[in-house]
Amino acid sequence: MRHTISVLVENKFGVLARVAGLFSGRGFNIETLNVAPTLDPAFSQMTIVTSGDDRILEQITKQLNKLINVIKVTDYAGDITYLNRELVLIKVTAKSEHRAEALRITDIFRAKVVDSGPTHYTIEVTGNPAKISGVIEMLRPLGIKSIVRTGPVAMARER
Amino acid sequence: MGSQDHAEKGNLKTMKLSGAEIFVECLKREKVDTIFGYPGGVLLNIYDVLHQQRDIRHILTKHEQGAVHAADGYARASGKPGVVLVTSGPGATNTVTGIATAFMDSIPLVIFTGQVPMSMIGNDAFQEADIVGITRPCTKHNYLVSHVSKLASTIKEAFHIATHGRPGPVLIDLPKDVTVNQTDFKYPARVELKGFKPNYEGNLQQIKRALQAIKKAERPLLFTGGGVILSNAANELRKLARKTNIPVTSSLMGLGAFPGDHPLFLGMLGMHGTYAANMSIQNTDLIIAVGARFDDRVTGRIESFAPKAGIVHFDIDPTSIKKNIRVDIPVVGDCANVLKQMNRLLAAERGIPWKKKHADWLAQIDAWRKAYPMTYPERKGKIAPQYVVEQIHKLTKGEAIITTEVGQNQMWAAQFFRFKHPRQFLSSGGLGTMGYGFPAAIGAQFACPDKVVFDIAGDGSIQMNIQELATAVQHRLPVNVAILDNRFLGMVRQWQQLFYECRYSSTCLHSGPDFVRLAEAYGAVGLRITEKEDVPDAIREAIATKNTVLLDFIIDREANVMPMVPAGASIDEMMLDDGKGKKSLPKKQADKITG
Repeated sequence: MRHTISVLVENKFGVLARVAGLFSGRGFNIETLNVAPTLDPAFSQMTIVTSGDDRILEQITKQLNKLINVIKVTDYAGDITYLNRELVLIKVTAKSEHRAEALRITDIFRAKVVDSGPTHYTIEVTGNPAKISGVIEMLRPLGIKSIVRTGPVAMARER
Repeated sequence: MGSQDHAEKGNLKTMKLSGAEIFVECLKREKVDTIFGYPGGVLLNIYDVLHQQRDIRHILTKHEQGAVHAADGYARASGKPGVVLVTSGPGATNTVTGIATAFMDSIPLVIFTGQVPMSMIGNDAFQEADIVGITRPCTKHNYLVSHVSKLASTIKEAFHIATHGRPGPVLIDLPKDVTVNQTDFKYPARVELKGFKPNYEGNLQQIKRALQAIKKAERPLLFTGGGVILSNAANELRKLARKTNIPVTSSLMGLGAFPGDHPLFLGMLGMHGTYAANMSIQNTDLIIAVGARFDDRVTGRIESFAPKAGIVHFDIDPTSIKKNIRVDIPVVGDCANVLKQMNRLLAAERGIPWKKKHADWLAQIDAWRKAYPMTYPERKGKIAPQYVVEQIHKLTKGEAIITTEVGQNQMWAAQFFRFKHPRQFLSSGGLGTMGYGFPAAIGAQFACPDKVVFDIAGDGSIQMNIQELATAVQHRLPVNVAILDNRFLGMVRQWQQLFYECRYSSTCLHSGPDFVRLAEAYGAVGLRITEKEDVPDAIREAIATKNTVLLDFIIDREANVMPMVPAGASIDEMMLDDGKGKKSLPKKQADKITG
C-alpha cells in the first residue's frame, strides 16, 4: 500500500543522506521525496511517498524516528482528509490544430500556461496526484515533449 | 572535588584553548582515562597535547581496527564508553569493521577521526576520505566538526548519544584546522536534543498486561539478549526468574546475565543452541523476551519459530520490536527499569504457587536435558576443543573474562564455558567479526587489570589481528590466547562437510605460521599442546605467567560444533551428533521425550 509520510528534520548537513541511506540500506522503497526548509530555517520538512505492508511501514516510521536529526514523523495513512499537492510542468506539442485543445484542457484543470512558442506550450498544474495524472492523460494525445514533477507535499487540515 | 578544581573550572570558562586542548579537556570531563589509537599527520596537535598530560593514557595499537576492537572490549568489560582516536584517510577507513562490529552489538564507543583542513575537504587531498559518509550506515550518529566553536558541544552530544537509549558507536571527524584554532572553552552541563529522547520507563499498563500473561502461562520461558547486559539488568532478571520459577534461555549476546550453572538455565538457544533450549522455545506458551532482537541465528526459520507461544517483548529500541517476529505485548523501555517495575508488581502478588505452577514444565525440560545433554565425542589421541574450553572454565573457577574470535571457537566457548557474570563474555555476535577477540581481550584487560582474560581463538581468526601481540607485550598485559588450532577455517569447513559433500574449498590452512615461534618473536610466551593430559598444566602456566601467553592447542581437526540447526531449518530440526555426517532427530521421536 502507498503511504505519504511527513518527516520534520533538522536543517543540517547530511540529513538528506541519512534519510535516503536509511531507505536504501534497509531495502525500503522511495517513490517520491520532497524537501524544503520550514518557516523556521533551522528545520526542513520532507514529504516521502513510499509503499509496503503494515510491518514495513511500521519499521519505516520507527527507523526514521530513531535518526537523531529527525524531530517528528507523520504517516498520513489514517487521515483521509489530509492535503496532498504536487506541482508539475508539462511541455506539450501545440501545433496549429492542437493549440486550442491544449488551452481548453489547461482551462478545465485550472492550470496555467507559463511558457509558449510557435510549436509548444509549457503548462503548470498544481493538484493532488489524481488530478495530475488526469491532466497528463488528457494532454498525452497532443504529444508531451517532457514533464517535471515535484512529488507531492502533504499537510494535515486544521481541526 | 577540591576548591582548586573549582577555581580551575572557573578559569577555563574564559580561557582560550586550541581545539586539541579542548579535545583533551572534554575527555577529562567525560572521565575518560584510557583511549586507543594511532597517530597521523592531521592529529599532530592532539597528540602533542596528549603527550603533555597524565590523566588520559593513550594505548598505541598496531592497526586501527585493533584500536576499535580494544575500545569495544574495554567498553563491554567496564560498562563505560570506549574511546578511539585515529588519523584521516586510511586511519579512518581502517576503523570501519570495528565500528560496524560495535554498531551491530550496541556497544557505546566514541571514535575521533582526523580530517584534512576544512578548506581542503572535497579536493581529494592527501589522506582524505569522506569518513562521515562512509560510516553513516554503521554509526548511531556521526559528526563533522566544521568550526572549533562547536567542538565541545559536539563531544558532549556524542558521549550522550553513544551511552543513552540503545547504545552504539558515534564518530566525530576533526579537520586539522579545528584542532589548531582557538576558542573560549565552555563544556555544556547538559544535552538537549529534540530528536533523541529514548524512553526509559516502561508503560505500566503494558507491564501489567505482561504480568497477567505470565500468571496465565503454563509453560513460560524467559529469553534474554544483550540488552540485559547493556542495561545492567542482570540482578533484576535473576530476581524475576527465581521468584517465578521460570526457566531462562539466552542468545549469544545475553550469556552471563543469568548464571550458567543455575538449574533454571537452559543454555544458549538457536543455531548452536542446546536441545533443551530449542525444544523449550518450540513448546512454550509464553516467551518473555528481554533485550533481545530475534536474530536469524536465534530463530531459524521464522515461520515455524515458537508456534505455540505468545510473545512479550521488553526492549529500549522500538525498531527491535516486531522487526522480525510478531509481538503480543510490547514494552518499550530500559530492561533494568522494566524488570524492576515487573518485580515490584510481582512482590504485591500473593498466593501464586510459583514453585508448583511450573513443575510439570520444568520436569519436561529436564527430560529434554537428560535426553540430549551437552556432550562431545573424544577421539583417542586427539584433544577435543570442547575439553580445552571446559578446562579454562574449571581452572579459572569460571571467573575469567572470555573473548572470542568468530566461528567454531566462538560457539564452543559459548556452549562449554558456564558464564557466571554479565560483562564476562565478549564476542562479536551481530557482525561476526573474525579478529575481534584478541584486541577486545587487550581492551578488557586494561579495563579489568586484576581479572584473568582469555581470548578463545581459532588459527584462522587470530591471524586477522595478530599484530596486536606487540601492543599486549609492550604493556606486559597478562592476556592469554587459547588457539583451538585445527589448521582449518573450521566453521566454514564444517558447513562444507555437512552441506557441500566435504569439498573443502579454500578452508585448509596448512601453511599457517608456527604460533609458538611467532609469539616468541613478539616477546610473548608461546606454548604448543598436543596431548590431552598436558592441557590443564598449560592453562595453569598461562594463568600464572605475568606476560602475554599464546597457547597453541592442536585439536581434533574435524571436530564439529553440535547441535546444529541447518540454515533455513526450524530450530527443532537439530543435528545432534558429531559422528560421521548427519544424524538428526526425527520429529516424532522428539515428541516422545517427556518428563
